[in-house]
Amino acid sequence: MAVVQDVHGHHDHHPSGIMRWVTTTNHKDIGTMYLWFSFAMFLTGGFLAMGIRAELFMPGIQILEPELFNSFTTLHGLIMVFGAIMPAFVGLANWQVPMMIGAPDMAFARMNNWSFWLLPVAGSLLISSFFVPGGAAAGGWTFYPPLSAQGGLGVDMMIFAIHILGASSIMGAINIITTILNMRAPGMTLMKMPMFVWTWLITAYLLVLVMPVLAGTVTMLLTDRHFGTSFFNAAGGGDPVLFQHVFWFFGHPEVYIMILPAFGIVSEIIPTFSRKPLFGYSSMVYATASIAILSCVVWAHHMFTVGMPAVGQLFFMYATMLIAVPTGVKVFNWTATMWRGSMTFETPMLFSIGFIFLFVIGGFSGVVCAIVPIDIQVQDTYYVIAHFHYVLVSGALFAIFAGVYYWLPKWCGRMYDEKLAKMHFWLSMIFFNVAFFVQHFLGLAGMPRRIPDYSLQFADFNMISSIGAFGFGLSQLLFLYIVIKCIRGGEKAADKPWDGGTTLEWTLPSPAPYHSFETPPVIK
Amino acid sequence: MTQSVTKTNTNVAMLKKLLVFTVVMFGFGYALVPMYERFCEVTGINNLLQPDVLDKNIKVDMTRMIAIELDANVRGMPWKFKPLQASVKIHPGESIEVMYEIRNDSDQEISGQAIPSYSPRLLEKYLKKFECFCFTKQVLKPGEVRQMPVKFVIDPQIPVDINTVTISYTFFALEPGM
Amino acid sequence: MSSKSVMTLVGSVALAFYSSMAFSSKYNFQEPQSVIAQDIYDQHIWALWICLAIFVGVFGVMFYSIVKHRKSVGYKAANFHHSTTVEVIWTTIPLLILVAMAYPATKTVIAMKDTSASDITIKATGYQWMWGYDYLQGEGEGISFYSKLSTPPAQVTNKEPKGENYLLEVDNNLVVPVGKKIRVITTANDVLHAWWVPAFGVKQDAIPGFIRDLWFTADKPGLYRGQCAELCGKDHGFMPIVVEVLEQEKYAQWVADKQKASAAVVTTAAVGN
Repeated sequence: MAVVQDVHGHHDHHPSGIMRWVTTTNHKDIGTMYLWFSFAMFLTGGFLAMGIRAELFMPGIQILEPELFNSFTTLHGLIMVFGAIMPAFVGLANWQVPMMIGAPDMAFARMNNWSFWLLPVAGSLLISSFFVPGGAAAGGWTFYPPLSAQGGLGVDMMIFAIHILGASSIMGAINIITTILNMRAPGMTLMKMPMFVWTWLITAYLLVLVMPVLAGTVTMLLTDRHFGTSFFNAAGGGDPVLFQHVFWFFGHPEVYIMILPAFGIVSEIIPTFSRKPLFGYSSMVYATASIAILSCVVWAHHMFTVGMPAVGQLFFMYATMLIAVPTGVKVFNWTATMWRGSMTFETPMLFSIGFIFLFVIGGFSGVVCAIVPIDIQVQDTYYVIAHFHYVLVSGALFAIFAGVYYWLPKWCGRMYDEKLAKMHFWLSMIFFNVAFFVQHFLGLAGMPRRIPDYSLQFADFNMISSIGAFGFGLSQLLFLYIVIKCIRGGEKAADKPWDGGTTLEWTLPSPAPYHSFETPPVIK
Repeated sequence: MTQSVTKTNTNVAMLKKLLVFTVVMFGFGYALVPMYERFCEVTGINNLLQPDVLDKNIKVDMTRMIAIELDANVRGMPWKFKPLQASVKIHPGESIEVMYEIRNDSDQEISGQAIPSYSPRLLEKYLKKFECFCFTKQVLKPGEVRQMPVKFVIDPQIPVDINTVTISYTFFALEPGM
Repeated sequence: MSSKSVMTLVGSVALAFYSSMAFSSKYNFQEPQSVIAQDIYDQHIWALWICLAIFVGVFGVMFYSIVKHRKSVGYKAANFHHSTTVEVIWTTIPLLILVAMAYPATKTVIAMKDTSASDITIKATGYQWMWGYDYLQGEGEGISFYSKLSTPPAQVTNKEPKGENYLLEVDNNLVVPVGKKIRVITTANDVLHAWWVPAFGVKQDAIPGFIRDLWFTADKPGLYRGQCAELCGKDHGFMPIVVEVLEQEKYAQWVADKQKASAAVVTTAAVGN
């Protein structure tokens, strides 16, 4: 994506080489860096996932000792959530939000640079924690105390990394909110904004709402570990369950932070390739907002087995089930958008349809998990693993792929290799399901999560799952190849490569100039 | 140009608001701690350290019996801790005294403090304790044995479907100097 | 083949698949051995059927559209973009469906919490990495023992072939009588654990310093296996739970043997002093 600058970066001077990237305040450069960083983290987290699946390929301990296995699962979760998925969405927002609302750049260009450069610091802290005495954190990505109070230096490094990631996310969110609210082109009222911008606005509000709470939580954990407080320590009058409440007060909105922008991307792509306006635009906006609001009152559904009073369990069950309604509205609206459209099936559309198809399966298992008695059986089993990989991998990640293919022509000025990209889609789709569908069965039959070894009845499905995971992992290298190939050369992209595109970025030349919309467009 | 200056100003104003909001939410994370404790008190989950005042007008409900199981745990210290009777049966409203015993099996003086826990958790709201060793720290010399009473009454308001409850204590070591 | 018959075919394959799940525990919950577990089992099947119906409905429409409304077959796009009636309908119907799912669940939640009037109370304490059991009240009161994984390490490190109950066997089973209401109090010594026996439909976190409870009544004698279900460190995967359900007389015999054995231990200890 560096070529963007070579072609169009002539009208103001800035450092070249590495210093260009270190000092840049351009939203396109920063977006690019976010995307590459998240891809690097995606490969790192993927490597850990491969390690996990290799160990689980057969019963018995072969590759990873139990403690290291726990570190792998912990860091896999943290890296994928905070290092891969979230920065990828922020990267997409950096590139697209200013172009879609007709703004010249983000509101706070220099803060934008800081919020990116915090990420590599946090990422390297997480990765290097594997090499300190005692190893990386091994208490799960949810790091529940008292277990997380037991770990060594690795846990402190993780806490510090989370602080940094949180600061970065908060800065990013503040930037996005201000950009969207203050920098829209004249005539673009809120209810004329593209859905992607809407979902990001709501997501950014969720981020400033809950990331500080996470920061508070890890700070309490840190002072419990080192400074003699006992927020979560029963011996000193604290309560370990309190941690889970505070953590999930952040953690559940976090889930929606990772899925709302995905809804936005899909809501851009489906109308484009159906050549038909989005069905029920305003109900989409309201549904997104209600999902965000509901997401703040359902946190304890992660904790149905801690022994809450029945009233608590019932409240959180009803609230959780209620989320299915606005989510359903979204799926129905997408279907209605496709209905009687004139559809074509380029890769972004394929990934979007794949997203809806698999996200709905994840949604169903979500409703099943919301039902308290069933959740008590499946909580902390592979059923839950299957559930959240359906919403996070085939949900968030597929939407990110869809978005990247959709906007790549605009970023690079060239078309990606459609044939290879379709192959990437089908390989991902098939291997994803091989890897994760069988995990529903494992969970139902009673295999707990976070175990390095299992009893013999689970052997076949684990082997199938591992094969699927290896295939899925390898398929992503194809994605890397396609993107690099597209940056290096290929067919020139038209300014509007998709004939159904209606948003502002398609009015710009391809590749998008280094500085765009310096004179705001006027929206009728 | 003036237009872009006003734009920068509104941006900065918004930045400030959002930063304040962030700080408030950080504080809210901490505020969840007392809120949680308050919530537990109201719903009667974890009211730990205050003795209750005996309400003189309390009526004994002779129509019901509640079985109370007593449980004891020690965490990370060489003490033996047990109730002298495994369970008792009382009428709601009737006050009762039960005994627990601790013994220091080590050759050092150790201090510890017990925290109570109840099952079902609703019990906390209806259990009125006027005397309990859990309110104070206990210091035991090597080999010392101590018997400690717990005096309590169960509020007759307790829902009728509750007829078996457990009162549990867990002793934790106190760091020297605490 | 017309799209209708494709749909019928897909539908019946899916139905056959889901029905097969109902009969094979490899694809579904373990065979329920208590009233609560049976409720959970039935509600899960009920939820699956509902989900399947919605799935077929939504994706039937979507795939019909994908097949018919494509540019390559020359379909021209319509231009409608909202319909309040339709939107109200598809907000209301899911609400009603959710109520139908929540109603039986509510009853089960309340039943699960009813730990009153138990015949036997047992305390299960989670340790890193084993379980401790104390019979607090009822027949067997005073019995106390630890229960540790009995699978030899050589099997874990693949030096020996793995046995039938690999990782699901312990040295001392938790023994309970059939048909009696058993109340289990959970707590933990060090970190969080969770006491889980799928066949009885019970799972409860064990929290250091606090007690929680659960109950079950086993329908049939037998051996029922479960595992710790909350990450508790290195050997989290190696602290199974085995519940041995006995006929009443055999249970009485077991209690007598246990109490005799512990009396013997006390006597020897006294003599030893």
